[in-house]
Amino acid sequence: MAEATSKPRDGVQIDLISAERMDGLASMEKIRMILDGVRDGNIVVLEEGLTPDEESRLIEVTMTEISPDEFNGIEIETYPRSETADQSFLDRLMGKESTKKLTVIGPANQIETLHKDETLISALVSRK
Amino acid sequence: MGLLTELRDSISRAASTLFSEQDPKRIGIYGPPNAGKTTLANRIARDWTGDAVGPESSIPHETRRARRKENVEIERDGKSVQIDIVDTPGVTTKVDYTEFLDHDMEKDDAVRRSREATEGVAEAMHWLREDVDGVIYVLDSTEDPFTQVNTMLIGIIESQDLPVLIFANKIDLEESSVKRIRNAYPQHETVPLSALEGDNMDEVYDKIAEYFG
Repeated sequence: MAEATSKPRDGVQIDLISAERMDGLASMEKIRMILDGVRDGNIVVLEEGLTPDEESRLIEVTMTEISPDEFNGIEIETYPRSETADQSFLDRLMGKESTKKLTVIGPANQIETLHKDETLISALVSRK
Repeated sequence: MGLLTELRDSISRAASTLFSEQDPKRIGIYGPPNAGKTTLANRIARDWTGDAVGPESSIPHETRRARRKENVEIERDGKSVQIDIVDTPGVTTKVDYTEFLDHDMEKDDAVRRSREATEGVAEAMHWLREDVDGVIYVLDSTEDPFTQVNTMLIGIIESQDLPVLIFANKIDLEESSVKRIRNAYPQHETVPLSALEGDNMDEVYDKIAEYFG
């Protein structure tokens, strides 16, 4: 991230990005910010996650950036979208879609999911 | 929740059938790598057109381009339903060419395969956003369905209000658990099948006609 100070020599940088900061960005700006962080080896934590459309574009852009021996892609973890499933068609038609869910994104070769269910995500983060 | 979900599903199904007289609907076959998407696409295409869609393999990312089989006419209860089947590459958020080396592949071939796989996944996502009218989501019923890719993709499909059927594939295998899939995605209809052995295909075609006809 642009404002992060230089990375400590030994350790993993975690960027916790507030919903407020994300609100002001266009979809592609969000995706760029996430991927720039992840490609630097950082773990990016989003307070409120991405919309389904942004998730779809994040997968697409990630695929275009994968490069052998350099970048293998991302690991992304969120809780299942239970709120959305409970919403009615009319709610979503009226733009009341809720996508607020903590999301963790990291380099595929540095983050490994140990356990995941509706209420708990447990992950192992390693150094490069 | 059930009532609202049913209402939403019936509205989206009704909306998507409005145009059924003009064009066959494009039904995307989605799911993670190695779920049996191409085996299913081939089974449907062979049953109703006599041709296959593409080669099947146990090596992940065998399908690296979306392939469309047009005008597949499925007959159910005296009526016929016409669809285009789009077999898509397995969706993932990571591709590591070294995994292909475990399948007796040379490095150059593994790197090429991984490049093509990444292009294929990007293509599959694009089709999902722009070019499909309904989705068959294929899961390997011997695997844990609670993965991030499945959660995200089903969320993406739901956000577009596309009619979706979940197919619990590989029920011929001992470790298969259809219940685990039903529990993970209770908001959608899950149909058990073995695309390889042709088990329960009658119900598969009934549901395709019901959802996408």
